[in-house]
Amino acid sequence: MERIYIFTRFERFWHWTQALLIIAMLVTGFEIHGTYKLLGFEKASQLHTSAAWALITLWVFAIFWHFTTGEWRQYLPSFKNIDLVIRHYAWGIFQGEPHPFKMTRARKHNPLQAFAYLGVKIMINPLIWISGLAYLYYNELEAAGVALNLGTIALLHTAGAFMMLCFLIAHVYLITTGHTVTAHLKAMISGWEDADAEHGKQAS
Amino acid sequence: MKFSIAILLGGLLVAGALHAVEAPAPSKLNTTADHSKFKELQREFSSGPEVTKACITCHTEAALQIHRTKHWTWELLNPKTQQRLGKKHVINNFCLSAGTNMGACATCHVGYGWTDASFDFKSQENVDCLVCHDTTGNYKKLPNGGQPPVKDTESPPGSGKTVKAVDLARIAQRVGKTSRDTCGACHFFGGGGDGVKHGDMDSSLAAPDKVVDVHMDALGLDFTCSTCHKASSHDVAGSRYVPVGKDTDGAHIRGKADKTNPATCQSCHGQTPHKAGSQASKLNQHTDKVACQTCHIPEFARGGVATKMGWDWSTAGQLDADGKPILKKDEHGHVIYDSRKGDFLLAENVTPEYAWFNGDVTYTLLGDKVDKSEGVTMINMLGGSAGDGRSLIWPMKVMRSTQPYDPVNKTLVKPHLSGDDDTAYWTNFNWEKAVATGMKEDGAPFSGKVDFIKTEMSWPITHMVAPKGESVGCNECHARGGLLEKIEGIYIPGRDANQTLNLIGWLAAAGTLAGVLLHGLVRIVRRKN
Repeated sequence: MERIYIFTRFERFWHWTQALLIIAMLVTGFEIHGTYKLLGFEKASQLHTSAAWALITLWVFAIFWHFTTGEWRQYLPSFKNIDLVIRHYAWGIFQGEPHPFKMTRARKHNPLQAFAYLGVKIMINPLIWISGLAYLYYNELEAAGVALNLGTIALLHTAGAFMMLCFLIAHVYLITTGHTVTAHLKAMISGWEDADAEHGKQAS
Repeated sequence: MKFSIAILLGGLLVAGALHAVEAPAPSKLNTTADHSKFKELQREFSSGPEVTKACITCHTEAALQIHRTKHWTWELLNPKTQQRLGKKHVINNFCLSAGTNMGACATCHVGYGWTDASFDFKSQENVDCLVCHDTTGNYKKLPNGGQPPVKDTESPPGSGKTVKAVDLARIAQRVGKTSRDTCGACHFFGGGGDGVKHGDMDSSLAAPDKVVDVHMDALGLDFTCSTCHKASSHDVAGSRYVPVGKDTDGAHIRGKADKTNPATCQSCHGQTPHKAGSQASKLNQHTDKVACQTCHIPEFARGGVATKMGWDWSTAGQLDADGKPILKKDEHGHVIYDSRKGDFLLAENVTPEYAWFNGDVTYTLLGDKVDKSEGVTMINMLGGSAGDGRSLIWPMKVMRSTQPYDPVNKTLVKPHLSGDDDTAYWTNFNWEKAVATGMKEDGAPFSGKVDFIKTEMSWPITHMVAPKGESVGCNECHARGGLLEKIEGIYIPGRDANQTLNLIGWLAAAGTLAGVLLHGLVRIVRRKN
């Protein structure tokens, strides 16, 4: 079976650290929002802010990595064969059909996946980060003449959080849709994906 | 050469020894004038004004300076509302008003002999220097307009209680700066007893420990009142009639002409007082909305002295079977019923109420219309809102009382309470007579009818600042049902949330979850098939 080294060490570090930080921020963020009591507002907001700065730092490195390696091209949208991918998730997957997309080192994400990640990167993330920084620095914004109501900032930030939560739920589920339930998970841990697995399955 | 060095060294030693012998004469280092050495004070004094006459032979401008202050006039024109305020005019919901009770009230006047309207406010010798500058703790003033007892005196007359004479010469020879004791002699006992009125000022501040007041801590910073309430020409800074709701200036700097109130927290601490810790910048961001006092005075009446929180005058006048006044005490020894005054509600370690406050205070004065059907009458209305740019969220003691009013003319009233006559309420227990006398003094109309009305009075809390470890934590306000639950006009994370967004958000999350679970379920079922 052909195996390809699809996720480099930095990518995996980036992914898992980001996953941890985002989950931590969802948990603490909804406590700050008043949804439940877990750590108490003070601890939750401290952790949330620290995690935010950690993620910003991680992002600086990740953005640098994307541009220096050219990996940013992975997120370029493409409609090629997108209908086949949609058909697969809506029908083929239930019939045990193989995934129509053949993963390569140059194109890791199927077109639907690439669209989803692009959406996260150009919509959800900027919404969360801009509103989050405004949340942290709203006094300074006001002093600079940008009079934004804290309620509006919180509204936008929470809207972003809900979007991220929906993304996370779907993302976690889609991990299980590889040729085996744990195939994608193993790939994100080890870096190696069984590239020919689907074809092999089809042959058997 | 060696010889000459020896002589030189010897000379230095001798010079050193001589120098040691000629130590400076002992002197007081906290003052340039030892008043016990002043000829003018080395005599007998038979009255307060005699002492003052001696004082002003040197301190020629002092009494004239006092004449300009609220401590003397007990009145002030609020420049904003044009209301004439001051103790001389206002009605409160404790002992109600000075008016005809002036002889007793003026025990706390910085003068001698104010018992009625005939008092001479131009007199320099009527200024009482000793009440503020006594350092012995022995000075006393009687409820006869504030005269000191120069011989053992029965006070109040007919009470059988004797007030010992004070040695005016001894006190005059030991005058000094004001202290927590001298200011406290009146301000700790406002409302007729220890801690009654303010809630954040009582006798526990005479020598507090750090927990009660971080600044006045007698073994620490040891602030006196005047450390913050800095006087200029005898005029003491800081006012309850025209307070500063939001000080937007920085800390005062020596040499810089600072015209703002020197008694605010900001006048020393500036606008970004939090320096250490990871939360410092977030805490500093709170200073545009939250008064320092709100977090740093978690409770008032913290020194072991209870404050009055409620006073019901309508129950006054109940007498026992022998027609004698009744006094009831609770298990702590606090008076909770007094026939002369009615029912009291007292409390210690009280969590304040909170309100936007911009420094504007409007009083309900004698003659202003009040309406029982409107529920509660505000003795003082505090201005402030989230949006006026001048307000901060302040902690308040809210005093809730039921007090006499004229139901026909619909005005508050000034009853005649104290006095050795046949209309004073405290000796005759007749409201109609007492109010008639009190109102006549002011030339105010009175219908002859007395009823009782519920009133509220707010006291912004600013003393009894706790050490930083004891301040109000984030979680106490950033929660639903927290301390700031009733504060309107701002978004408080943890308290507020947009419910429409919550509904959409949780529906979307639940929908996504249901979608993927369904998708997974179909996969499992299909696989089994």
